[in-house]
Amino acid sequence: MLRAEGLRHSFGGGAVRALDDISFTVRPGQTLAVFGPNGAGKTTLLKVLAGLIQPQRGRAEVAGGRRAIGWIGHQPQLYAPLTVRENLRFWASLYDVRPPTDLLTRLGLEEHLDRPVRALSRGLVQRVAIARALLHDPTVLLLDEPFTGLDRVAAEALSQLLAQHAGAGRAAVLVTHNVEEGTGLATDVAFMRAGRFVHFAPRAGRGAAQVSEDYRNAIA
Amino acid sequence: MRLPELVRHSWTVAAKDLLVEFRSRTAILSAAVFVVLVLVVFNFGRDPTAVSNVDLAPSILWVTFTFAAILALNRAFQLELENQALDGLLLAPIDRSSIYLGKLIANLVFVASVELIGVPLLALFFNVRVLPYVGPLLGVIALATVGFVAVGTLFSAMTVRTRVAELLLPVLLLPFMIPPLSWAVLATGRLLAGRPLSEILGWLNMLAVYDIVFVALALLLFPATVNE
Amino acid sequence: MRMLRAGRWITAIALVLLAGVYVRALAYTPVEQSQGLAQKIFYLHVPAAIWAEMAMVFVGLASVFYLFTKDPRLDRFAAASAEVGTVFCAIVLTTGPIWGKPIWGTWWTWDARLTLTLFLFLLYVGYLLLRGAVTDPAARARFAAVLGICGMCEVPFIHLSVYMFPTLHPMPIVLKPSAPSLPWSMLQTWLLSVGVFTLLYVGFVVQRYGLSYLQEQLEAVGEVGHA
Repeated sequence: MLRAEGLRHSFGGGAVRALDDISFTVRPGQTLAVFGPNGAGKTTLLKVLAGLIQPQRGRAEVAGGRRAIGWIGHQPQLYAPLTVRENLRFWASLYDVRPPTDLLTRLGLEEHLDRPVRALSRGLVQRVAIARALLHDPTVLLLDEPFTGLDRVAAEALSQLLAQHAGAGRAAVLVTHNVEEGTGLATDVAFMRAGRFVHFAPRAGRGAAQVSEDYRNAIA
Repeated sequence: MRLPELVRHSWTVAAKDLLVEFRSRTAILSAAVFVVLVLVVFNFGRDPTAVSNVDLAPSILWVTFTFAAILALNRAFQLELENQALDGLLLAPIDRSSIYLGKLIANLVFVASVELIGVPLLALFFNVRVLPYVGPLLGVIALATVGFVAVGTLFSAMTVRTRVAELLLPVLLLPFMIPPLSWAVLATGRLLAGRPLSEILGWLNMLAVYDIVFVALALLLFPATVNE
Repeated sequence: MRMLRAGRWITAIALVLLAGVYVRALAYTPVEQSQGLAQKIFYLHVPAAIWAEMAMVFVGLASVFYLFTKDPRLDRFAAASAEVGTVFCAIVLTTGPIWGKPIWGTWWTWDARLTLTLFLFLLYVGYLLLRGAVTDPAARARFAAVLGICGMCEVPFIHLSVYMFPTLHPMPIVLKPSAPSLPWSMLQTWLLSVGVFTLLYVGFVVQRYGLSYLQEQLEAVGEVGHA
């Protein structure tokens, strides 16, 4: 569903190598968790996969193109003066869909639909952002530190949605520096440092503790 | 991307921008206040025996319209940066041109609103006869506005990412505003003085050519300002 | 390093030749009938004006090719051409009023050609300011390219206006659709001056390009931060 071939990309005129010959494939049903310290190139990788950045070398392909991609990052991508309903309707119309009511119910947003986003609590904003990402029923999810700043309700909702997404035979790439949070949802695990994968393998039943240790061994 | 979708998505973006602006209303109020301010200042600043109202009118109109344009342009991409909504727009399966056209339309509507306030106010407070020339006048105003708002929308996509955004945009835009602006001021002056339409046709043509060239150029160049 | 040295040589030669132009213009070229001695500034002013505009055209062309190829050399060249163009534009804006004061009685008028040359200068200044304001080199090159292309497309509108508006400014006597209406001796001096200014342009651009290249190499190593 998602393929990267020989990705290379640097910033600052060559000074910072964000991606150094990255190649991998993610198949339907797989959730790849990429762990790495800050500055390892994780966000750049996601942006290249999403098509936001054109890599200097190599290619990234997502089956279905931009229509199939859903992005959840730490910025909500919402317009503060507009209401939840207006925001969701706007984003939905760019994908030529209408906001699915069951999604809104699942995230507990129904009673907040007509409130302006700037009046919402942080946790609620996160949930609206998740709704925004899932409006068009994406087959590939790209998540950039998605659990940062989520309250418990939102975090649980997100985990459930991700599990469901994988269960429906779809792909996801999750990028984070928090190994504990990401492990539970992953089917495959990768460690990234200085633009390269230093580990790429199926999770194979490893728990968070085990993966953490492998991570520390690999990265340290 | 096919034309109907392009139009539809552009309109969606424009409607969203206008809705956001309508909610806060600060920019339109600033512009309206500025119009009144200019009218007052110009009124007290002139010597009625030496300068007729009709001579001042083009300057008044175009100073206020340009101010409104700069106001709109400064905000145009600002709101996309606030919550990284721009990334969302770039992720959506829409043509990049829809983003540009949507912003352009929203900016034009904003400036047009100020123009629709300014012209009647000028006619009212300065006793300038506008109605006989209202057709060609609107034509001149429309053409010139499209000219500098088109370029301004393109530039604001770039300047919004710099630290001195609000300062840089007018500086970059100035040389691009002057041709359409000077032609518009001259044409407006001739019109309001009752000169025949044939005299301003040359300027109308040049404004139209300017518009076509720079809207096309902006559409071509816009992706380079947002794609990395 | 090599480019810098080559550039310096070219510039040095050009400056010597420029002195030659001065001598020729002042001592060996006939004095013009209606304007007198002040007309002689024409031999500096017009070639500088030609290259001030040509430099912008080169900025634009380099920018177009940059957007297609993303070759940083084109971006470096565009930046160099813009800086040199700014200098030449400044020369035009200073030599103009020096002529204008004795002839028109005023340093400046908001005449079409003057105003539009001023705006060419502002185009250059804007371009350099934009380059200065963007820290990421890739974004800087892209944005500068966009502005450069717009600037290049603006120049014809500037040119066009000269023929549209009645103006105090002397109409073109060399670069016009019909043959130049200048006597041969004056035309020779003028052509020589155009050649010298071409050489100056090349010399300055080559030097500036060389400097940019060296600076980028230092930045990559971390010696110098982006200003």
